[in-house]
Amino acid sequence: MRFLLFIALLLLPLPAAAQGAIQTLLQTHAEDLANPSRRTIQPVIDDLAASGLPQMPDFLEAWADRRVVQRDADGLFFYGERDGDVYVLRSVEDGSEAGEVGRREASELRPNAGVRRLIATALVQFQLNDPDPERRRAALDALSRNATPELLDPLRASIPTEQNAQIRARKEALERLITLRYGEDQAARLAAIEYLSGGVSLEARAALNNVLTTEIVIGAPGAETNVARQLRIGTDIAEDQALALLAEEGVEVADVSRADRDAVLIANIEDGAVSGLPVASLASETRRWEAYDVLARSGVAPQRAGPDAVSELLAANPIYEVYDEPDPAITAAAATALDEVNARVARAQAADLGLDALSLASIYFLAAIGLAITFGVMGVINMAHGEFIMIGAYTGYVVQQIVPDYTVSLIIALPLAFVVAAAAGVALERLVIRHLLHRPLETLLATFGISVALQQIFKNIFGTQAVPLTSPDWLAGAWTLNDVIGISYIRIAIFVLALMFLGLLVYILRRTRLGLEVRAVTQNPGMAASLGIDPDRVGMATFALGSGIAGVAGVAIGLFAQVTSEMGSGYIVQSFMTVVVGGVGSVLGTLIGAGMIGGLQKGIEWLNPSNTLAAQTYMILFIILFIQFRPRGIIAQKGRFVQ
Amino acid sequence: MTDVSVSPSSGRKYSGEREGLAPRSRPLIQRPDVLIFLAILALVTICATVLAQMGYVSTSTVKLLGKTLCLCLAALAMDLVWGYTGILSLGHFAFFGIGGYAIGMWLMWDRTELIVLETLAQNPLPPTPLEIEEAIGAQIFGVVGSTEIPWLWAFAGSLPVQLAAAVLVPGLIALVFGWLAFRSRVAGVYLSILTQAGTLALSLWLFQNDSGLRGNNGLSGLQNLPGLDDVPQSTISLWFLWASALALGGAYLLASWTVSGRFGSVLRGIRDDEARVRFLGYEVEHYKLAIFTGTAMATGIAGALYYPQAGIVNPAEIAPIASIYLAVWVAIGGRGRLYGAVIGAAFVSLLSSWFTGGGAPDIDLGFYEIKWTDWWLVLLGLTFVLVTLFAPKGLGGLVDLWTHRRSTRVDDLGPDQGSLRAEEDRP
Amino acid sequence: MSALLEVSGVSKSFDGFKAIDNLSFSVAEPELRAIIGPNGAGKTTFMDLVTGKTRPDTGSIRYGELSRDLTKLSEAQIARAGIGRKFQKPTVFEDQTVFENLSMALASPRSPWTVLTRRPSMEVRAGEVAERVGLTAHLARRAGVLSHGQKQWLEIGMLLAQEPRLLLVDEPAAGMTSAERERTTEMLVEAAKEHAVVVIEHDMEFVRRLNCRVTVLHEGRALAEGSLDHVCADPRVIDVYLGRPETEGETADA
Repeated sequence: MRFLLFIALLLLPLPAAAQGAIQTLLQTHAEDLANPSRRTIQPVIDDLAASGLPQMPDFLEAWADRRVVQRDADGLFFYGERDGDVYVLRSVEDGSEAGEVGRREASELRPNAGVRRLIATALVQFQLNDPDPERRRAALDALSRNATPELLDPLRASIPTEQNAQIRARKEALERLITLRYGEDQAARLAAIEYLSGGVSLEARAALNNVLTTEIVIGAPGAETNVARQLRIGTDIAEDQALALLAEEGVEVADVSRADRDAVLIANIEDGAVSGLPVASLASETRRWEAYDVLARSGVAPQRAGPDAVSELLAANPIYEVYDEPDPAITAAAATALDEVNARVARAQAADLGLDALSLASIYFLAAIGLAITFGVMGVINMAHGEFIMIGAYTGYVVQQIVPDYTVSLIIALPLAFVVAAAAGVALERLVIRHLLHRPLETLLATFGISVALQQIFKNIFGTQAVPLTSPDWLAGAWTLNDVIGISYIRIAIFVLALMFLGLLVYILRRTRLGLEVRAVTQNPGMAASLGIDPDRVGMATFALGSGIAGVAGVAIGLFAQVTSEMGSGYIVQSFMTVVVGGVGSVLGTLIGAGMIGGLQKGIEWLNPSNTLAAQTYMILFIILFIQFRPRGIIAQKGRFVQ
Repeated sequence: MTDVSVSPSSGRKYSGEREGLAPRSRPLIQRPDVLIFLAILALVTICATVLAQMGYVSTSTVKLLGKTLCLCLAALAMDLVWGYTGILSLGHFAFFGIGGYAIGMWLMWDRTELIVLETLAQNPLPPTPLEIEEAIGAQIFGVVGSTEIPWLWAFAGSLPVQLAAAVLVPGLIALVFGWLAFRSRVAGVYLSILTQAGTLALSLWLFQNDSGLRGNNGLSGLQNLPGLDDVPQSTISLWFLWASALALGGAYLLASWTVSGRFGSVLRGIRDDEARVRFLGYEVEHYKLAIFTGTAMATGIAGALYYPQAGIVNPAEIAPIASIYLAVWVAIGGRGRLYGAVIGAAFVSLLSSWFTGGGAPDIDLGFYEIKWTDWWLVLLGLTFVLVTLFAPKGLGGLVDLWTHRRSTRVDDLGPDQGSLRAEEDRP
Repeated sequence: MSALLEVSGVSKSFDGFKAIDNLSFSVAEPELRAIIGPNGAGKTTFMDLVTGKTRPDTGSIRYGELSRDLTKLSEAQIARAGIGRKFQKPTVFEDQTVFENLSMALASPRSPWTVLTRRPSMEVRAGEVAERVGLTAHLARRAGVLSHGQKQWLEIGMLLAQEPRLLLVDEPAAGMTSAERERTTEMLVEAAKEHAVVVIEHDMEFVRRLNCRVTVLHEGRALAEGSLDHVCADPRVIDVYLGRPETEGETADA
């Protein structure tokens, strides 16, 4: 009893509460709101939208989300949240708490999908004019994902008042996309096509493609249809595909499949023979068909189609592609525009490919330059060079374990990787290579032994799993020019790094005493030695430099690829190729070699995008052939001794 | 500058010197290394057979032995091409793999065909060739999502063709590659790197599903000989052991014959001073090409014998590192001597299976336990470096200690003409 | 006396350095010819050009009755055509025995297949050559353990074993005792009775003993030609040999 009283007391004051503007408006449409139907609700929504009340978007949103309840007692509308057996009510005016009501004492407004769409359209109008630019952007994103013709008007209406130039441009672009897709006015659509032909965005391409969607029509199309083309058998479409299309439409050659035939034959085996032919003799396709034909003639099985049946069928049923868009002027303009866009996209892709190739080339350059100068100075191939790359990458990883800040750790890791790898290089030179002077094949094999041991040692220490080398946030994104051209900041950073080392090397080689000695030893070791240049010292310095750069390259590579103990071996062959193609001992040669190999690899990948393995195969074959014509590389060492 | 003490004299008789002439010019069958080698090979094979028949030696051990003999054959070829002729090919194991693939195609095709025929025999109608082919295609290429039979498999059903392919395809590839490379005088480390790149290209190509050789699945089930399901593996393994031993023995004789006499002199001459051999009127490129191609074919045979014992061949087998291991075996065994290559291959590959197979006891250092499965490669890599540095003659050098070969000079191996600067040392 | 080797208008430069500059030269068969010249005169480059190690930039090198153009042949083809070369430093196969060195050099078919399958006994012929160069006792020794002079002899033996028509001999007497020089002289004079022999030599005494026509090379050109006395009297030759210190052109003769 007291409980009921309590409820009554609780409820009583509520109707008395001042009805706000929204509630008042809602009450005028209470009937339609409670039982909305697609036909009747439009005027209601229009009325609500036209009210211009600031709380209206929230209400519409809540309504569409089925978060509005009507209290049975007084027919008032609230935002209601189900909490166990009760709805927690909040005012539609300002969202303030408005008590709660039992589950059975209020009913949810449950607009159906059609109504919700109408609400959403009305909502867009608010969102497009929302003072918060982020919300306007969000609305545009939603709109471009899910454009409907109804949204066209609100969108158009919102353009003149738009202050933000960027958003306005987007609105205009979107307006044209939707106009093209749903507009009625031919001139407006043509203008939209004209506009779209100037861009490369995915949206524009999708919109144009959308205009150009076709469907297959069998048989001569009517005069009114907008025919794209007739599919000629053999050139536009393969015969079996054409037959499949016809079959979908129910037009088929009355042919007997091999399985059907065999079933018939098996069903008609009598005394080890089918229509007089012994079963054992049916061991070839022609024999089986013969047996079947005998059965077919006797009426046991359906006749096979004649040999010309297929071509007759195809001749009798021409296949057309017909545009969904009925207006030929629109489709013609769209086709032209799409060609233009595609041409521009192709150029942009070429530019993008160029950027990709450039970044790959920078990596190859960093990986190979150390090899090139040690090869040039000492005439030896260091198979463990790839492991210096790995050592650099793991150095970066270890630094990141100690220094948690990625920016700081990167700043520490780069020089440290140089030092660690350089130290490893000097150790290798002192302990192994020095003792195998003038025996390059043995050096190659001995350094291979080192390479195997190093790989396994790192595997034992760090495990077989790849470890991460995380790039700082400011390197995480990508620089995008448009939907086609884009390059990640890491790759730009690597490019810059490669440029820096190129500059550093050119400086060292051209402007320092060490560089002079290095060049002297590279060109003529005997003469250099007799001029008092200590080849030992030069060898060691070059080895330190070359290995150090490999270490830095390791950090750079680790930022975008996986750090594993085997990562070096993935780069070693490419590095060799770079050196061989570019020319031994030449910085410029290595640069050109890296550019050529990077470009070639990307180029082949572009021609055959599905298969990067094949790209590498072809590239290596190309290099083998290239060596035929320039055995000493692009920048060949000069002098009588290298004849 | 000079310490000439022996002035030319013409009074000596040279006819009496015949006994002292190089052992290399003696008839093959009188040469101790050939005799000892063949004896040991026969002994090992017979002992293994007898012990296996008595049940003391397991089938897997017999297979291991047979496989090792095949690796020895490949190492023998590598020694000819590198140890004798000075061409450090880092691609010979690719030929080994190709040999395996060639024979594997027949093994797989024929066995699948038998199975397919058995299945189709359930059918009331006798199978047609088309049906058989479709069923085989589905069986073999189902794993790579295809039922089409690639053109490479056109003759897979024919043993003679595939056997020929196991020899001729490596030969042909070596011929074309060698012709291109030697013609433009690519030598030394350049050639090594180029062969390595070629090997990498081949293995990458094989890794593709549309290469027609089942991508990274490779060919499997090769240990089962078609139509011989009744014969136990223990017997088949002995057959292959004997076949491998015969191939190795034959190859050893052939190789000994090849490196003897003037041909061998020319080969070693090419290794030591290619240009000088040219000035003597020998077409160095032809000799190199002959050896490169011939050894590629021998390696192909080795592979064709190896993979039916291993049971599976896949692109990973052809990876460049395998070819480098081949060079490592020869170097550890002692290059420039045929038995050295065999010793190296047998020693290192058996030791490797012992270590990686968990045969070697782990060492507990208290703070760290050395697990040989993890550390064997480190040991091998470093041992190899040490051998290269301090014992360039390899294990074969031990034989010198025993036979008291006089010279201990490193020059025995000849100057390493891989250098780009080889030309400079010459007047 | 028709020319066996006819070099006409040959030039060769290395990175701008003219090692051979419009050189013309011919030698008949039989004839003994000495080429002298200071360091860098292009003597070794001249040999390289004739033997095919280096290709000329311009000019032609014709050889034999058929006037074959040597610039189009490989080193091995030139060698098989009958041109033998002895290097300045002894270049023998040190890992192989004296017998093996000689048997490789002996005139015989050179194709791989023939060499592999046909194995005629070479002991008698090799023995004969060894006897001529005094290495009979060393036939079974490795060439690497021979003394410097013995290696020189071995290389001369290899040259003789090739039975060439044109012998190009680069400083044969370097590092020999005077007795050996004498013998070398005899041998070259003997060979020149039937064949063409071109000797490059620094040592004037040795050249004088050869007693033959002399060509003086200087800066890649033939400066003078004639008897030794004749060329020695030539003021330009005196200028080249005595007037200027030998400072330039290490490159070409290193």
